[in-house]
Amino acid sequence: MITVESLTRRYAGFTAVDDVSFTARPGRVTGFLGPNGAGKSTTMRVMVGLTVPTAGSATIDGRRFADLPNPGLEVGVLLDASAQHAGRTGREILAVAAATMGLPGSRVDEMLELVSLTPTEAGRRVRNYSLGMRQRLGIATALLGDPQVLILDEPANGLDPAGIRWMRDLLTGFAGRGGTVLLSSHLLHEIEVIADDLVVIGNGRIVASGTKDELLASAGTLARTPSPRDLAHALEQAGIPSTLAGDGSVRTEADPARVGAVALAAGLALTELRSAEGAGLEDMFLSLTADTQREGVAA
Amino acid sequence: MTATTISRDPAAPVRRTVRPIPTARLVKVELRKMFDTRSGFWLLVSIAVLSPIAAGSVVVVAPDSDVTYQSFARASGFPMSVILPMIAILAVTSEWSQRSGLTTFTLVPHRGRVIGAKAVATLLVGVGSVALAFAAGALGNVAGSAVAGLDTVWNIPWSMATQMLLGNLVGMAIGFTLGVVMRASSAAIVGYFVVSLVLPGVLQLLALVQDWFLDLQPWVDWNYTQVELFEGATNTGEEWAMLGSTTAIWIVVPLVVGLWFLRRSEVK
Repeated sequence: MITVESLTRRYAGFTAVDDVSFTARPGRVTGFLGPNGAGKSTTMRVMVGLTVPTAGSATIDGRRFADLPNPGLEVGVLLDASAQHAGRTGREILAVAAATMGLPGSRVDEMLELVSLTPTEAGRRVRNYSLGMRQRLGIATALLGDPQVLILDEPANGLDPAGIRWMRDLLTGFAGRGGTVLLSSHLLHEIEVIADDLVVIGNGRIVASGTKDELLASAGTLARTPSPRDLAHALEQAGIPSTLAGDGSVRTEADPARVGAVALAAGLALTELRSAEGAGLEDMFLSLTADTQREGVAA
Repeated sequence: MTATTISRDPAAPVRRTVRPIPTARLVKVELRKMFDTRSGFWLLVSIAVLSPIAAGSVVVVAPDSDVTYQSFARASGFPMSVILPMIAILAVTSEWSQRSGLTTFTLVPHRGRVIGAKAVATLLVGVGSVALAFAAGALGNVAGSAVAGLDTVWNIPWSMATQMLLGNLVGMAIGFTLGVVMRASSAAIVGYFVVSLVLPGVLQLLALVQDWFLDLQPWVDWNYTQVELFEGATNTGEEWAMLGSTTAIWIVVPLVVGLWFLRRSEVK
């Protein structure tokens, strides 16, 4: 369990994190979302004691990170996969971390196998690693101490599709065994698939937080039919406002059952009818963070 | 729809009894980290290669009267007096320049402990290297005097040996301090050459043109007290006081200030 309470971090001239509070609960994957520079990484750095907060606190199971006697055994951290000594081999980086935590060397081989780094790759120096390989090495470092909590900043960055699938299964399994996962990512689809809870941050402030189902519930329905104008018209007659999207789909706030009933009554064949979740997270993200987007995108 | 949702009710996480990380383990890890990188490895190799070569050159170059233990130990120790400070610098700065500090300081969220472990590891490397220099010098002395057909001369008294050791440790401490203050490899290395090569000339010049500085120089010029140490010439109480003064100015004060900033700085 990660608890962040009224966390604030100010730099000369601007506030990177402004009164942020949320919890990441055990047994669940918590997705941490926000545009570039919203304060995600700063919040995560404060959690693990790399940055001193101006006010507020972050605790892991009720204790400050700095008070954990051997943090590697309790919290797995991956903040930046590229932050490794380029002149060290992958295996040596794991061996040093294992030695610090007091773990046997055999644990290093187990982790290398888990993240699918071959012995040849593990023997190469990190300067020759691709981003995906660094990411795998970072995951291995985080999991080395068999922790109960994972704090991962953009772990899917640079992974190939198979790697992303693997990471998803790994994190879901970790949470399924009662572990706490806090995960930031720009890949909204990835977060949508994997996260149970969401925390959305913009300009250093929390703009939304809750379970994924709650947050996306208002996303409404997406329907497709060969004659979308007729469907929109039928919905309007039934008192349901809708919009025609450019891709020929019809979106509305009403739930799918009502839209289906209206289509049936109007004698319209539907080719697709579902909760508009697919686009929901992206829409929600863009509308929630509209004020803070660099591009000034309106949802 | 049936109401059999599987609740992923997590049993309250079992809190394992975790013991704190012992300091001896940290020192061992830091010692390992000094030499497991490409740069660390080659610095170590250069010491191992250069010391015997330097000792060997004495046989070739030195006149018979100088085929003594002092010449050999001095020669084999010379490469170390240059390389050891570099090792001390990189031990600290690589955490920032190579950004490995992100991992180091999350595994051990007490920067003071990590820097302390680095200091102990640096000290151990210094003592070990100097012992190696004396051993290489002794071998060179035995072999060299045999080759030249001379009596083997053992002319390093204990007081001189300890001062040579101290000289090397002070050099490393200067490097370590620069590392703590600068927290960037290239800046700290340039800084080291400035304070060890440029600064002495400047202070010498100042002493030549300004009378008032002439008497003051031994108290502020750490290179001056270094030379005294390597010559084994720090004998009187006043000379030791001078060493204390330069150490305070160039090591103690900047180290305290540097550590204060280091502990509060952000690791990115």
